Amino acid sequence: MSARTQRRRLVGATIAASAAVLLAAGCTSNEPPQQEDEGGGGNAAAAAGTENDEPGDEVVIGFSAPAADHGWMGAITSAARAEAENYEDVTLRVAEGTNDVNLQISQIEGFINDKVDAIVLLPFDGAALTEVATKAMDAGIPVINVDREFSSPFAARATILGDNYGMGVSAGTYICEQLGDNPDAVVAEIAGIDSLPLTQDRSQGFKDALADCGLDVDARVAADFTVQGGEAAATNLLQANPKIDAIWNHDDDQGVGVLAAIENAGRDEFFLVGGAGSANMMREIQSGDSVVQATVVYPSTQAADGIKLARLVAHNKSMSDLASVGVPRTTTLYAPVVTADNVDEFMSIGFES
Amino acid sequence: MSEPTIGARTTAGDDIAHRLPGQDAGTAGGHQQAIDSGSRRWSSSGAARNGGLVVALALLCVVGWATAGSRFASLQNVEVILSLAAVTGVLAIGMTFVITAGGIDLSVGSVLGLASVWASTLATQAMAQQYGWVVMVGCALAVGLGAGLVNGVLIAYGRVVAFIATLAMLAAARGLAEIIAGRRTQIVTVDSFLDIFRGDLLGLPVIVWIFLVVAVAGWFLLNRTTFGRRTVAVGGNPEAARLAGINVRRHTLYLYGLTGLAAGIGAVMMLARTTAGSSTNGTLLELDTIAAVVVGGTLLAGGRGTIVGTVLGVLIFSTLTNVFIQNDLNSSVQAVAKGAIIVGAVLLQQWFARRDTATT
Repeated sequence: MSARTQRRRLVGATIAASAAVLLAAGCTSNEPPQQEDEGGGGNAAAAAGTENDEPGDEVVIGFSAPAADHGWMGAITSAARAEAENYEDVTLRVAEGTNDVNLQISQIEGFINDKVDAIVLLPFDGAALTEVATKAMDAGIPVINVDREFSSPFAARATILGDNYGMGVSAGTYICEQLGDNPDAVVAEIAGIDSLPLTQDRSQGFKDALADCGLDVDARVAADFTVQGGEAAATNLLQANPKIDAIWNHDDDQGVGVLAAIENAGRDEFFLVGGAGSANMMREIQSGDSVVQATVVYPSTQAADGIKLARLVAHNKSMSDLASVGVPRTTTLYAPVVTADNVDEFMSIGFES
Repeated sequence: MSEPTIGARTTAGDDIAHRLPGQDAGTAGGHQQAIDSGSRRWSSSGAARNGGLVVALALLCVVGWATAGSRFASLQNVEVILSLAAVTGVLAIGMTFVITAGGIDLSVGSVLGLASVWASTLATQAMAQQYGWVVMVGCALAVGLGAGLVNGVLIAYGRVVAFIATLAMLAAARGLAEIIAGRRTQIVTVDSFLDIFRGDLLGLPVIVWIFLVVAVAGWFLLNRTTFGRRTVAVGGNPEAARLAGINVRRHTLYLYGLTGLAAGIGAVMMLARTTAGSSTNGTLLELDTIAAVVVGGTLLAGGRGTIVGTVLGVLIFSTLTNVFIQNDLNSSVQAVAKGAIIVGAVLLQQWFARRDTATT
């Protein structure tokens, strides 16, 4: 083959490939109409205003979180940004979200070198970030640990956690209230990634709460927090169990797939309780004609809380509604159940999955 | 079965291709073997190879029936297993061609994700509301084909190793999907699309029909056309194929276009199954796909490919998952069993192959 024909072929093939890409581009503009930026919340509280909210010394807060690869994590970062904007005395430095532990460690080292006033850290892996967090604390920079706990108490000034066990308890308790008088009721569970401690905590809480009213988990499958995983797991679960009374699905992101599977199977003899609290599931609850009756919130505002705490610590203030001096060491957030009765209240913190 | 002679002396690609036995398991791998050792025979029949898979699948079904009874052995459950196999199945048919030709495509899962996102943006859906579901399907197929052709150009003309080129696409397509979707789950609201692809046709879900049609088309393309025979020849010995007059580069380009197209079809099916376009769609699907193809008996080194084996491989995995969930066993045990099945199926295949060789 001569060099020329070869080149011509190469050009031809490139044109073919780009034509296909252009065709794809032609059939859709990839710019959906501008969607409103859901801050995720926190604004209402700040608007209410306490003495603590009055402007003080300028503080620089470094913020680092994993990559926003699902709706909840995306909401975490946007809520943190929105919270920081409520305070004129806060300058937020947001490091690019990453699932690479080494990169996250170097981000924190960067914050230490820049001598920021406080660090809010949602580590990709709590244990792996413990050492660098301790280093920051030793350098006199208070670290606020969010959601995934460090392995050493010296690594954080304050820790703010969602309550995974509590989520299971809330879901189980709600199902108990609904089915309590029927000890033979069939309860199913669609978990997230089984190897994660948070999944194990959620399942344990669920089991314990059900045991309290004489129920147990009759069928359990695990998905992977993705839509496709939820769909596949739910399809098999429904097939394996011809009659179900209640299902708890750990995660509303995968819940979209779970709902598709339920619709596919044409089943509606049970009710579904979600987890995490996406706006999507809240709209299902609001509609009133969905199998989704409730969802358990796992607050996506906890990094926003982290920002508030970091500011208080940097200003050397205390929490206004506590009598004791100093910001508490550990705060575990409540996992409330959203139902048709209170969904309007929670709609503002529901995240778009 | 005669040992096919190597085609270096022949001039027409079609000629060499026609000399290969038209069995499901093509034997261009034998060419290489024939050159290497001159005596080893790999030309066992496809039926015997697939025998191992049928036994494995039957064993699984027996276990399922024994442990879950009529819940497992029902038509409805068969439908569930087929539906769950459908998306991976379509990807695996495309993958069979690439692997048969000695390549690999790690990007199929990501490309599926990208196509599903692109075909479900608000803009695409708005157009689909106006002009019908064809817009979404056309978009998904075009994105899949386009990404596949980019892979093909890089590999065939840019001389990038397939593993690296498609690894790059795996990352890039996933990233682009995240950018387009803005990390949101895009719910499909186009009724004409949902009605057609979530519906049933003659008692079977439409996506199962798509799987069947793609499988039959794939079988025909691999075993009954010049294209298929060239694919086997390229995988067996690219140099000999080139000397025999096959335009190996152009053929390689077509092959990656084909897997891309399969990923586009998979995206349509995924959109129908989940009613949502998400940048996480197709995550890790490339591994399930490759596992199914290899368990099915297609040589990872190229030169031998079997569509029937691939379909059986996909069915074994979806049946396995089904049996485990029917018995309420956890996913960790399932992962261990999956590993064991991969090794077991390959060992069984080799045993059948040896026995077959011994008796020929």
